Amino acid sequence: MIVIRGASVLTGSGLTKTDVAIENGVVSRIGSIDPAAADHVVTADGCVLGPGLVDVHVHLREPGQTWKEDIASGTEAAAEGGFTAVVAMPNTEPAIDSAKVTRQVQESAARSARIEVAVAGALTRTRSGLEMADIDGMYRAGVRIFTDDGDSVADPGVLRRLMRYLSDFPDAVIAQHAEDQSIGEGGHLHEGRVSRRLGVVGLPATAETAVIARDLELVAETGCRYHAQHISTARSAELIEQAKSRGLPVTSEVTPHHLSLTDEECSGLDPNVKMYPPLRTRDDVDALREALKNGVIDMIATDHAPHAPDEKGVAFEVAPRGITGLETAFPLGLEALDRDIELLFQRMAIAPAQLAGLSRHGVIPAPGSPANLVLVDPNARWTVEGFRSKSSNSPFVGREMTGRVVATIHEGEFVSGGIQ
Amino acid sequence: MKSLFTIAELSSDQIVALLDRAESYTDKRTNELVNVTVATLFMEPSTRTRLSFELAAHRLGAEVVSFAAETSSVSKGESLKDTALTVAALGVDLIVVRHPHAGSPELVAGWTNRPVVNGGDGRRAHPTQTLLDLLTMRQIFGKIDGLTVGIVGDVGNSRVARGLIDALPRMGAGVTLVGPSTFTESAPTDLVQVSHRIDEVIATVDVVYLLRVQKERGAGGGYPSDASYHRRYGLNAARQGLMKPGAVVMHPGPINRGVEIASEVADGDRSVLLHQVRNGVPVRMAVMASLWEGRS
Repeated sequence: MIVIRGASVLTGSGLTKTDVAIENGVVSRIGSIDPAAADHVVTADGCVLGPGLVDVHVHLREPGQTWKEDIASGTEAAAEGGFTAVVAMPNTEPAIDSAKVTRQVQESAARSARIEVAVAGALTRTRSGLEMADIDGMYRAGVRIFTDDGDSVADPGVLRRLMRYLSDFPDAVIAQHAEDQSIGEGGHLHEGRVSRRLGVVGLPATAETAVIARDLELVAETGCRYHAQHISTARSAELIEQAKSRGLPVTSEVTPHHLSLTDEECSGLDPNVKMYPPLRTRDDVDALREALKNGVIDMIATDHAPHAPDEKGVAFEVAPRGITGLETAFPLGLEALDRDIELLFQRMAIAPAQLAGLSRHGVIPAPGSPANLVLVDPNARWTVEGFRSKSSNSPFVGREMTGRVVATIHEGEFVSGGIQ
Repeated sequence: MKSLFTIAELSSDQIVALLDRAESYTDKRTNELVNVTVATLFMEPSTRTRLSFELAAHRLGAEVVSFAAETSSVSKGESLKDTALTVAALGVDLIVVRHPHAGSPELVAGWTNRPVVNGGDGRRAHPTQTLLDLLTMRQIFGKIDGLTVGIVGDVGNSRVARGLIDALPRMGAGVTLVGPSTFTESAPTDLVQVSHRIDEVIATVDVVYLLRVQKERGAGGGYPSDASYHRRYGLNAARQGLMKPGAVVMHPGPINRGVEIASEVADGDRSVLLHQVRNGVPVRMAVMASLWEGRS
């Protein structure tokens, strides 16, 4: 039996300072516990214990790009960042577009993952945006999130058919990377004052909003569950809000970096601030934070996108898009939510677990609940340096953070911190 | 000053000092860069910029090696980094870089730890062009403060425009960008005016600065045809007739005759295109000599 003593524990009735016992992979008791009965005691004064974080948007790069990351290193990074479950995106080589590749990734995860890995499947074969992928086979293998992430399903006819088809599968959801390739053609950062000053072609906000606006019309028609990935503009949040007020089955996510950085970061042309969608303006950041707080945006997702130093060490315009995020998400999320830790668990554990259908995660600790937990110190200050991820393409290197993951417990075992 | 990447890095005083130094080099040779090797590393086509950098280096007494993407290992897929490291290992002391991607000169400077002059990077900056344009204006009008300049054409895709848009307002000149919205939308406009009608601007400015329509940078889709561009924005003899007395026509070259400029205007007496070209050598001498003095 492991006993965690003295933490504020997120319970059904809010934060309570108490002890928690973990046995056989579940929370066995909450309340005052005699430490003499424990095999291990973790003293956690000043810390908060809650459901382990869940990330619905992670690039683990398996199969095919394991020099950037693999399931072992990516889930190690996730555990370090407080996550007990992640959803692996299917833009791999080859793409996860069939039951066969899905099972291959699941088997690799069974061998090497530190935490739970759910697999997202591609919507179209080879992510070409044209023919329907093996939806049935992937669904049978357990896939619930379907996405061509990295690209939009651009063709409205193809998307509409996919929505119709997927609406027959309970709990399946289309997750859209909203990017109109034609509007955004040749763009590398937000189209605005910074892109105009730098002379680097910009990505207009409409490259994102035009796709979301169109998609929501199709959702209204088909009734398919729809999840807007990594929204980055104030207008996107407005569109989602309108759709929700119409009662459409819509959710959305935002990344930690879109909640904290603006396009001004691109002034030095550092490839580690290049990603899609691009960093937008202060007004967008403020609107996204507000939307996250009031629930228009349901969850934070990192879009953890590792790239090797040689790949990123080139000119901004030719560098690959994406930054890592798993190991810095917690403090950034806490800051974006004005340090409301209860709301953080809602947005970074409970809501994403629901979207991904991960019933053993995002569960508020109670006797008998799965011991997928995270212990955090909301006030600890630390400087970002060094990562468990194979890659370190993060703009947060060297920055000071407030709020740190102390330990991550997956199915009753410490996978980061604590006693391992 | 260790390297020169953009005009924005230079204060107005530094700009004036470089222009003064360039004046002093006109038609002169010096020995300031004897025993120095300058490499021109050009990953984009260029005629006048490369020639004038090389002439400038020779006139400072430097040894010059020339490297063009079409004739080098770059065409075999060698990366910019490996090319830069090779050039440095060969013993080059100062590097001039032209590259299609913004920020490449900084990367080369970082990899090689050599002084680098940006000879044009993508749509972003071309600081020696800006300096030679400023020198030309100062020589013609005696000053830059108080001048009005209309920059006509594909301003959003132009590193030449971007340099002038930064420098001219700081030096007291008024700038109006002229072109269709498809061209002006991606230009920085905080400190300048924008017009979509050349005929509103042509009679009010001291300098009509024409830009080449840059099809290689994606401007092709921003207007229907060369003929329609010429009709709406091209500087023809009739429009030239509306210009103020003493006003001049400038262009960074190469020109598209019959598109942004009619042949008779290009060759006419208001055209100072060759004056600009002549200033390229002393300006680049001033920049390279200053960098060499300022190396650490």
